[in-house]
Amino acid sequence: MILGVSLIYDQLMKRRNFVRSSVLGSLASILGAEIVYGATMPENYIPLGMQDPDPFALFNKDKEMLVLNSKPWNMEALAHLLDDKITPNKFMFVRNNGLVPENINIKEWALTIDGESVKQKKTYTLEELKNNFKQHTYQLTLECGGNGRKEFDPPAKGNQWDVGAVACPSWTGVRLKDVLEDVGIKADAVYIGYHAIDEHLSRDPSKKPISRGVPIGKAMQEETLLAFKMNGEDIPLVHGYPLRLVCGGWPASTSGKWIQGISVRNIVHDGEKMTGSSYKVPKNPVAPGESVKDEDMRIIESMPVKSLITYPKSGAVLPLDKKLNIRGHAWAGELEVSKVSYSIDFGATWSECGLEKPVNRLAWQHFKASISFPKPGYYEVWVKATDAKGVSQPMLLPGWNPKGYLNNACHRIAVKIS
Amino acid sequence: MEKERSFKNNVKELYKQLLVLCGIVFLFAFIGITYMVSPESLLLASDTPKVEITSIDPEQDDWDKVENGIHLRTGLKEAEGYMAVVNNCTNCHSAQLVMQNRMNEERWIATIRWMQETQNLWDLGENEAVIVNYLVTNYPVISKGRRESLSNIEWYELKE
Repeated sequence: MILGVSLIYDQLMKRRNFVRSSVLGSLASILGAEIVYGATMPENYIPLGMQDPDPFALFNKDKEMLVLNSKPWNMEALAHLLDDKITPNKFMFVRNNGLVPENINIKEWALTIDGESVKQKKTYTLEELKNNFKQHTYQLTLECGGNGRKEFDPPAKGNQWDVGAVACPSWTGVRLKDVLEDVGIKADAVYIGYHAIDEHLSRDPSKKPISRGVPIGKAMQEETLLAFKMNGEDIPLVHGYPLRLVCGGWPASTSGKWIQGISVRNIVHDGEKMTGSSYKVPKNPVAPGESVKDEDMRIIESMPVKSLITYPKSGAVLPLDKKLNIRGHAWAGELEVSKVSYSIDFGATWSECGLEKPVNRLAWQHFKASISFPKPGYYEVWVKATDAKGVSQPMLLPGWNPKGYLNNACHRIAVKIS
Repeated sequence: MEKERSFKNNVKELYKQLLVLCGIVFLFAFIGITYMVSPESLLLASDTPKVEITSIDPEQDDWDKVENGIHLRTGLKEAEGYMAVVNNCTNCHSAQLVMQNRMNEERWIATIRWMQETQNLWDLGENEAVIVNYLVTNYPVISKGRRESLSNIEWYELKE
């Protein structure tokens, strides 16, 4: 097989020796194939085969975003890029388990609700979803379950996310609850699972990259949306156009993109990445590096309390007579954040930050503080959020787990006073 | 007589038709040859991209070019066994995913088994040892402890 591939490459390379200097010629050489009907291709159209060269242009992302993986595409923000109260697309992290779909047929797009616990199977077109149900807009925090994975020791397998796999855009859609009630749900329903059209990395059609879900209680929450808009516009392709699930405050993998099906299950959904060790943590605490059997793991539900200093960027130098104004966001999964504190002495003393209420449930909250420093030198500003149940972020890494989820250790920035 | 005239007329008619047919064949042959020689001349100028043939230095076009010890196409370090990694580990996912993961031999083998059981990875045969050895040698586990110091700080003057 490898021989076959290399033969194809030889062919491609031969072809590349005749690269034409025209735009179409260079497109053809990048694609490794001739563009049939190239002459009639619209001027500003970028063929999907060009997905490699510039992910920033392709997904409308800021150039400062960090690409962790080009296949599948995974991209995260740096802390200072997340300063907006409502995250714009250009700073929203990208997390994919499979390949971004290339052919979206919006006219024929439909969502089918089925499973053991529906009274009858029912299909809705996009238009029916938009017209037959009341639309709602909420700002909802989505954070990758593996955000912060890079700090675990020993290292955990997967994309080595730093702090930027979190965002809080505004989402518009219909309530999943309204749709499920219209379908009719049996009393034995325990879970929902989504089905999407993205392809497995191996392009094996019998494999699905991901099909996760949430317990029926979460599915029936008012803020759980079948969303078709992000920040007032059609959801960008890479974020799930034309339809995605949004389950704010839970691992973002539960908010399926490009969905065409929801199964209402009478068992815990057993789709791809629901079983094995994916998106699971040990039921009981384990020592770093310990191996844990699948049956000793539990599915992650609400994300833990966390915060991020988004201003200033780490590395600020300022004079002793100036105060440092810091700001950022804090979120706590299903819960509200009740307090955010900062420390400039590595946790010996803490002072409280000003904290805003969330615009709606499951939206992140904004904090700020104005800090004076006692003398010149090197400082770190650490920020610690506390949730409504009194649980705070740890300063050290939280409990190690085999897949490196749920790192909610305090964020800090370096500051020098001159 | 009548018969003879009719026969002559028929022959004339046939001759005319043959002539037209030959004309059409010649015309198509001409268009065909012109197209083979210079396809642009048959299309409207606005429909065709300007074409220029350039040859690429084979040096620049080396698919597996290595520069400063880095295999450019994948970003992998050039070291013993790296082509086995390129050929077996970058078909489904990028090499970036390989390089950012730091594991010991036991965990790499477990990861390979998981990929074979669930992700369509083939049997690596003798290459398995080569690949694992390359990974643990070139991308070793670095101990980070419970919390690392902040590093690579880019200092800048804060103006407000």
